[in-house]
Amino acid sequence: MFLVDVILSGLILGGIYALIAMGLSLQYGVARIMNLAYGEFTIAASFLAYVLFSAAGVSPILALAVAMPLSFALNWGIYRVLMTPLVRRAKSPGALEVDSILATFGLLFVVQGILLVVFGGSYVSYSYLAVPVQIIGSTVALNRLLAAGLAVAIALALTAFLMRTRIGTAIRAVSVNPAAAPLVGIDTTAYAAFAFGLGGALVAASGVLVSMFFTFNAAMGVVFTMKALIVVIMGGVGNIFGALVAGLILGLAESLTAAFLDGGLTLAVNFALFLAILLVKPTGLFGKAAR
Amino acid sequence: MTMKPWLPPLLVLAAAAALAPLPIVAGSYWMALLVNILMYATLATAWALFSGPTHYVSLATAAFFGLGAYTMAFLGETLPLPLVYGVAALIGAVVATVVGLSTLRLSGVYFVIFTFGLAELVRQLVTWGEAKYGGTVGRFVFIDVTQQGIYWMLLGLLVVILLTGLAIQRSRLGWALRAIGEDETVARHAGIDTTVSKVAVFVVSATFMTLVGAIMAPRWTYIDPSIAFNPIISFQVLIMALLGGAARLYGPILGVVPLAILFEILQANFPNYFSILLGIAFLVIVYFVPNGIVGLIDQGRGAIVRAARRRPHPAE
Repeated sequence: MFLVDVILSGLILGGIYALIAMGLSLQYGVARIMNLAYGEFTIAASFLAYVLFSAAGVSPILALAVAMPLSFALNWGIYRVLMTPLVRRAKSPGALEVDSILATFGLLFVVQGILLVVFGGSYVSYSYLAVPVQIIGSTVALNRLLAAGLAVAIALALTAFLMRTRIGTAIRAVSVNPAAAPLVGIDTTAYAAFAFGLGGALVAASGVLVSMFFTFNAAMGVVFTMKALIVVIMGGVGNIFGALVAGLILGLAESLTAAFLDGGLTLAVNFALFLAILLVKPTGLFGKAAR
Repeated sequence: MTMKPWLPPLLVLAAAAALAPLPIVAGSYWMALLVNILMYATLATAWALFSGPTHYVSLATAAFFGLGAYTMAFLGETLPLPLVYGVAALIGAVVATVVGLSTLRLSGVYFVIFTFGLAELVRQLVTWGEAKYGGTVGRFVFIDVTQQGIYWMLLGLLVVILLTGLAIQRSRLGWALRAIGEDETVARHAGIDTTVSKVAVFVVSATFMTLVGAIMAPRWTYIDPSIAFNPIISFQVLIMALLGGAARLYGPILGVVPLAILFEILQANFPNYFSILLGIAFLVIVYFVPNGIVGLIDQGRGAIVRAARRRPHPAE
């Protein structure tokens, strides 16, 4: 049942990737900020869960309830304080993209530097629900399964929120046409800040979930940023469903590569997929018109 | 201000001639600092050849630099040095062509992201190849090139890069690049083959970066993928070119000198806080010096011109 093992772990990994990427998709799709410090926030949330668990015995599920609102507030503040001047200054969407990339770069180093000073460069992990579970003849650790299940639940909740509520509709309107949204009375800046914060809450959630089964260190954020970016672009920018599909493809590709080819080539395979899809469909799998 | 066409190349050569004797008087600490400054000056100027006019932000500097360093580590002891530099340049050009052809058709952000990961990708491939076929991951570099030799080679390369930049600016290619930077769609409708123009200059810029890596490699006696493909190189080059301003050919050098010295001091005195300070420097430059030192100079010059115009009318 080796193949089942590989596919199952690929799907679980893919679910987590999808969750990581959904936050970025919201931030970039709605607020038009390409946040390169994204992975640093994932790792920061992982460390928060680690500290809460190992110092106070707080379960990662409860850590979610702490990390998500905290990260929402933090990211909302970042948009209000750091990004709004750039949005005002930008003469074109292209200029804002470049400026936001550069500014979030600075942020990347600041957050990574703080994590390095506080936690040092060593790898950490903790043991939570590391119990084997049998599924269709394959053995999976319960923490992985729980993480994947929570990722799916959070993704479904987010989709329902965006599709069914008034706020969600307004967010989608800003995402589809930021120039026309104010015409129907939508305060684009306020909604962009809200979406940026919401993306931050999602990244914190993914950081906590990843920490349950993953060994991490302070310098690892960039890897998560890369994966999130690849998933977002592969799925089509701003498309939550696309992020889910692309995340699953990436997770599967990664675990198949590690199992049948070589563990050292996962990133190369990721990049090859990314390029192949963009060369065939420059707007991503589910992207609509050219931007 | 119009300049005689022969003046800028002459200025470049005169400046290089003035800087060439420095190794004769400089002690070893100053030599190390000078080589460091020159390394970033060549990388940042090469970066700005492509990214300056097109506004495509490339984060692949470390990828090409590392390829050059690794070529030297592989071949430095078996081939004569000039040939090694030739091979390094060729490898850089080929990789840049492949990367350019596959990513430069995409929009700007996608290009940033791909180049962001490129150094990481090459690093993983080299690590994998070395572990699988080389037996070890690190490599010793025993090549007889002195600190002075490196200084003169880098200075010579900087001259070549600046002269190439001047030549490109004056050619049809230079016009095409500036048109792409202004508005790519308009450039395409004006009959410019935007892909060919972008790839051509990207390859030139990357080839120079690869050469810098090959020249610098003998400075270390030992390299491994995390030294050669250190992403910090890409970020520092980017921020130096930004501080100087990529709108002029000499702009990046203006940013390199203060930042190379600043980073040297920070790294020596606050190694643990280096990352935070680097990030803060990044933010300060993006928010307060968006057009670089070149922009400030232009602003200052504009103010002087306005003031001079006003002077004949004291009654105002």
